Amino acid sequence: MISAYYLQIIILAGINIIMAASLNLITGFTGQLSIGHAAFMSIGAYSSALATLALGFPFLPSLLFGAFVAAFFGVLVGVPTLKLKGDYLAIATLGFGEIVRIVFLNLEITGGAVGLRGIPKNTTLLWVIVAVLLTLFVLNRILNSRVGRALIAIREDETAAESMGINTTYFKTLAFGVGAFFAGIGGGLFSHYFRYIHPGSFGFMRSIEHLCMVVLGGLGNMWGSVLGAVALTTIPEFLRASADYRQLFYGAILVIMMRVRPQGLIGERMAGKSFSLGDSILKKLSITKKTGF
Amino acid sequence: MFFQQLINGIVLGSTYALIALGYTMVYGIIELINFAHGEIYMFGAFVGMTLVTVYQMPFVPAFLLAMALAALLGITVEFFAYRPLRRSSRLAALISAIGASIFLQNLALLVKGARPYSFPSPFASEVYKTSLFTISRVELIILAISFLLMLGLTFLIQKTKIGIAMRATAQDKDTASLMGIDINSVITITFAVGSALGAAAGVMVGVYFRTVTPMMGLMPGLKGFVAAVLGGIGSIPGAMLGGLLLGIAEVMGAAYISSQYRDAIAFAILIVVLLFKPAGLIGRSLQVKV
Repeated sequence: MISAYYLQIIILAGINIIMAASLNLITGFTGQLSIGHAAFMSIGAYSSALATLALGFPFLPSLLFGAFVAAFFGVLVGVPTLKLKGDYLAIATLGFGEIVRIVFLNLEITGGAVGLRGIPKNTTLLWVIVAVLLTLFVLNRILNSRVGRALIAIREDETAAESMGINTTYFKTLAFGVGAFFAGIGGGLFSHYFRYIHPGSFGFMRSIEHLCMVVLGGLGNMWGSVLGAVALTTIPEFLRASADYRQLFYGAILVIMMRVRPQGLIGERMAGKSFSLGDSILKKLSITKKTGF
Repeated sequence: MFFQQLINGIVLGSTYALIALGYTMVYGIIELINFAHGEIYMFGAFVGMTLVTVYQMPFVPAFLLAMALAALLGITVEFFAYRPLRRSSRLAALISAIGASIFLQNLALLVKGARPYSFPSPFASEVYKTSLFTISRVELIILAISFLLMLGLTFLIQKTKIGIAMRATAQDKDTASLMGIDINSVITITFAVGSALGAAAGVMVGVYFRTVTPMMGLMPGLKGFVAAVLGGIGSIPGAMLGGLLLGIAEVMGAAYISSQYRDAIAFAILIVVLLFKPAGLIGRSLQVKV
């Protein structure tokens, strides 16, 4: 039997894989930088916890309930904001994340700043493993389908994709919806494992952590996200003494990776054809082009 | 009551405007959201606080030195985190900027700890009353300094040689460089000026609220960005207008709608502006050519 400590690390790594993989669908494959992914996680965590606590749902329905609520908000955010491109979208997702956090902080039903406690511990290792495998399987199927090719086309060149008849708004919204759905699953697993959630669990730094995992493993590389999530969950545990330096390290990762290996640790060679990351991917246009001050 | 809130909003807004100027100048030139700007604001506040409390320096030299050191930090950030990525993608530069911000914030947390430091006000706590509102001496000084700095910046941009070079670079980097403008030094100077203004805001907010913490840059940094977008990013008068409007909206919203949602107001404004007028109030929107 594995000790409770290692079990917790493995479960956290699994949840992080789900978070990183779903963020990778949005940012790595569709090319839409989202820095509010933790918001979808928190929506999933809170709604599944409330479904369990207040409505008495069994675990699976409450998990799915959380995921669908998160997906609903993913689409809700997606429809209006996806008209925005590049930097503006990033800021809008950040703003959305902050609004969600502030709303949870002030709602009565979510326990305000105190948060929700006494959530039954339904998440087991088996649940996490199944969820991780299902997430990766579904994302992989999506990416290897017409939808996936459309998403990658949007990333490579939105204008060209649109002129090829791809409904870019539809597919971007879809990417946000699916990404948010799995983030909601991750949140539900999180709340039913740690049994206690509060708005601080899902702040801006949490979103950055997920982004770090994706960037470290490689944008647009699903196996990279798995590697990034496992690495960034386990390494800080082995280097306990460095706990204080953890977030400093996250900042450094983002800067250094972009400078040295923007394609991530795994890079293009190991990746399959749909997981490759062209140079052009990261080139984005902005919605407005300024003319001087 | 209304006028009192208006005054409070203008005071808060003028510091947002100073922060927004840093964002808008950098965005105008290299089209990058300088996420680390909030941390430069925090750094400025810490330097000012340390100089005044530990080294017993008078306020004015401490203020100027904080601006100068923050300018150096801004240049350093640009050199390490942004310059190597100038030829690469926008997404890469944006991620690097976020990384720089997180790095500086946590560096400050490690060095200074999470506890707030008190920043004793160097000004007499005199209050001036009129029939409509009261205003403290600190608030008047903040307004005066902000006004002077914005005036100075406008002069720099409009009348000096470096200002012309900055405007030329913002319009078209390649052509500007063909005209003999050293793009790299223009970018360096832009970061220096923007960072100095951010630090000025940091010191003044530190004096105003009398505390300085490593995390203080996060929210004002984001709000400064919102202000820049509200006014029209890349536009200098836009940043000033956006800052003032955001400050007023935030104070009014907190007073008349809900103080708990104070921070959410700024983001709600941001999303509404982005949806309906992404070019901002003053910015001009151009079609992107393929």
